[in-house]
Amino acid sequence: MSGDDPRKHTIAVLVENKFGVLSRVAGLFSARGYNIESLSVGETLDPTVSRMTLVVRGDDFVIEQVIKQLHKLIDVIKVTDLSEEDHVEREMLLLKVNAEPAARAEILRIGDIFRAKVVDVTPTSYTLEATGEEGKIEAIIELLRPFGIQEVVRTGKVAIARSPKNRVRKVEETLGKRPGPPRPQSQDPKVVGFAD
Amino acid sequence: MLESLKREGVDLIFGLPGGAVLPIYDALYDFEGIRHVLVRQEAAAGHAAEGYSRTTGRVGVCLVTSGPAATNLVTALQDALMDSIPLVAFTGQVPTHLIGNDAFQEADNVGITRSATKHNFLVKDGDDLAGTIKEAFFLAKSGRPGPVHVDLPKDILVKEWDFDYPSTVHLRSYNPTYEGHPGQIKKAARALVRAKRPVLYVGGGAISADAAPELRELAELTEIPVTQTLMGLGAFPMAHPLSLDMLGMHGTYYANMAVHHSDVLMAVGARFDDRVTGRVDAFSPNAQIIHVDIDPSSISKNIPVAIPIVGDCKRVLVKLLEAVREELKSYPAGAIREARRQWTEQIAEWRRDQPLRYEWSEDVIKPQYVMEELSTLTNGEAFMVTGVGQHQMWAAQYYRFKHPRMWCTSGGLGTMGYGLPTAMGVQAGNPGRLVVNVDGDGSFQMNSQELATCHEERLPVKTVIINNGGHGMVRQWQKIIYKERFCAIDLGPSPDFVKLAEAYGCTGIRATKPSDVVPALEKMISTPGPVVVDVWVDKHECVFPMVPAGGANTDMIVAPPSREVRDRAAKSQTGF
Repeated sequence: MSGDDPRKHTIAVLVENKFGVLSRVAGLFSARGYNIESLSVGETLDPTVSRMTLVVRGDDFVIEQVIKQLHKLIDVIKVTDLSEEDHVEREMLLLKVNAEPAARAEILRIGDIFRAKVVDVTPTSYTLEATGEEGKIEAIIELLRPFGIQEVVRTGKVAIARSPKNRVRKVEETLGKRPGPPRPQSQDPKVVGFAD
Repeated sequence: MLESLKREGVDLIFGLPGGAVLPIYDALYDFEGIRHVLVRQEAAAGHAAEGYSRTTGRVGVCLVTSGPAATNLVTALQDALMDSIPLVAFTGQVPTHLIGNDAFQEADNVGITRSATKHNFLVKDGDDLAGTIKEAFFLAKSGRPGPVHVDLPKDILVKEWDFDYPSTVHLRSYNPTYEGHPGQIKKAARALVRAKRPVLYVGGGAISADAAPELRELAELTEIPVTQTLMGLGAFPMAHPLSLDMLGMHGTYYANMAVHHSDVLMAVGARFDDRVTGRVDAFSPNAQIIHVDIDPSSISKNIPVAIPIVGDCKRVLVKLLEAVREELKSYPAGAIREARRQWTEQIAEWRRDQPLRYEWSEDVIKPQYVMEELSTLTNGEAFMVTGVGQHQMWAAQYYRFKHPRMWCTSGGLGTMGYGLPTAMGVQAGNPGRLVVNVDGDGSFQMNSQELATCHEERLPVKTVIINNGGHGMVRQWQKIIYKERFCAIDLGPSPDFVKLAEAYGCTGIRATKPSDVVPALEKMISTPGPVVVDVWVDKHECVFPMVPAGGANTDMIVAPPSREVRDRAAKSQTGF
């Protein structure tokens, strides 16, 4: 079947916040042989609705089927291919790296460049927290690799469309939920400061 | 719970009791208005519900217990899923506080049936039971129909709760599209009217939507020949001059040629299954494809579609008829017929050159002959059910179908053993009618225990076993593609199906030579109660025409291939 070259798509899926929904979505991907690169789930403003962010690789033809098959699941409310519109993507990383005395300053400097935060410290290690696009997360891992990384945890991608007129937002409104009061801005300037 | 079922109009349940569902059976003891048919194995309950559903147009219901009963049922659920048959299946489950404890007869039922159903539920609270049942029935029959599974822990069945049966269901996440897009319908109408070589390709969806009358009207109005899939048989009368009969792997030569050479191909409730398309890149290469389907994910799944119309086949066809009539106004009367003449002649030529045919024998019974005689004797008016294998294809090819909802076969999943239990369900849903199960000796033995159900429940199913002493379809492939290296296909002369039938209290009849066939079938039809006719057929007979797996529909083999062709086939991975 023709189609463009496979590329990554970020797909936002609004689902009923019910037990078993995650396994329905995960099961769909394994049953139909689609490749899922990351998946993250969280509640939305409406506690009965969860939002999943999926990263899937495939050509246009595969992605069309992925979206249709997701739609076919009874508990899926809305599917949006964010790659089709202007959007912001972020991923969070927690990384535990060896930090011998000679290396400590250098590690902190690298962390600073990436606006990472030290969230745990021992005489021989640092645990860093960093947020950003996939490229940034991969870059920080590469730069810290020579020091000896003990453990890495990534959340998987979350994404949101940029325009206030985006479709996902509209759906949340039609669900009978007005957008809540503005959330307090994060007190952490390093995270907020990374807006681009 | 039984009250909820009654509110849904359920009058028949196929089931088998066990520990976890005993509370339901206890209630059934003196509950009026629901008949329970006790099957001998749980998959049979599912298949029987399928047969009931397909032929009555209602939701089939089955009820089995936890653990092994639920896992036995899975095959029937997957079968119903692939053939879009609306079922609601209830299984028992261990009490909620024991779930996950590896309790006796516990299995993760909803985990297991998740991918084998349209949707499933685990009811964790008795208060949710009525609402869940309502939703289950709604989901099963709406949109693209399918099986829905409801898992019932024992404790919620014994708890007293207020009965409040909801009258409507609203699911914000589920809104099937029923009305086709008017713009697309108009486009389709224009394409159909302007086409020079159009073909209608009709599947089981047209039957689910009860769209047969509209389909016929459209075909006659626009003079378009109609081919049907295995699941679609009966949607269009085969005796009709516009009928091309079945297409696909074992379809007719003229149907496959017509589809291949068409310039506009309109699929109605069909899903471009690999058994229909053959090699996808060689399927109907020059056609503009119109696809009417209730399920958007069926559209452009295997074959790119030029004019997709998502909607209920019946409603779309009603609108399409209007649009076609509008379009025809600008044409003089008779112009359509004139424009189609060359195409009609071409199809007639294909039909003349390569009709369905087999070699007659005086000594040994040809299975195709049995089907022809069965079709004649029943005048195409019997409910027909099959197992899976060669006999299924011969039944599909040689039985002259007249009406929709009178044919049940396992199309998508190809479940051997489907025949007898399904026929039982058909008979239970259509008392007093003639129900014939055409089965193979291999397929029949996968569920032959249900003869006991037929006898005990007074379900006079007539079974015709096309007995070739082995797994004929496998033999056919080994013969044609695997250099006659026959392996694991012989089933031997046992059992004696006549004695087997008699052991179950049924009537057994045997036919061993061609002159036995008609008397045996006549006796079968006139004998009351369940009957098994054991027909010894030519074990070397193959189903033709045949499109080898991985081949294009134009690679169709219409007769036994020569040695050169077989040698060539053996050299390639996929054959031919």
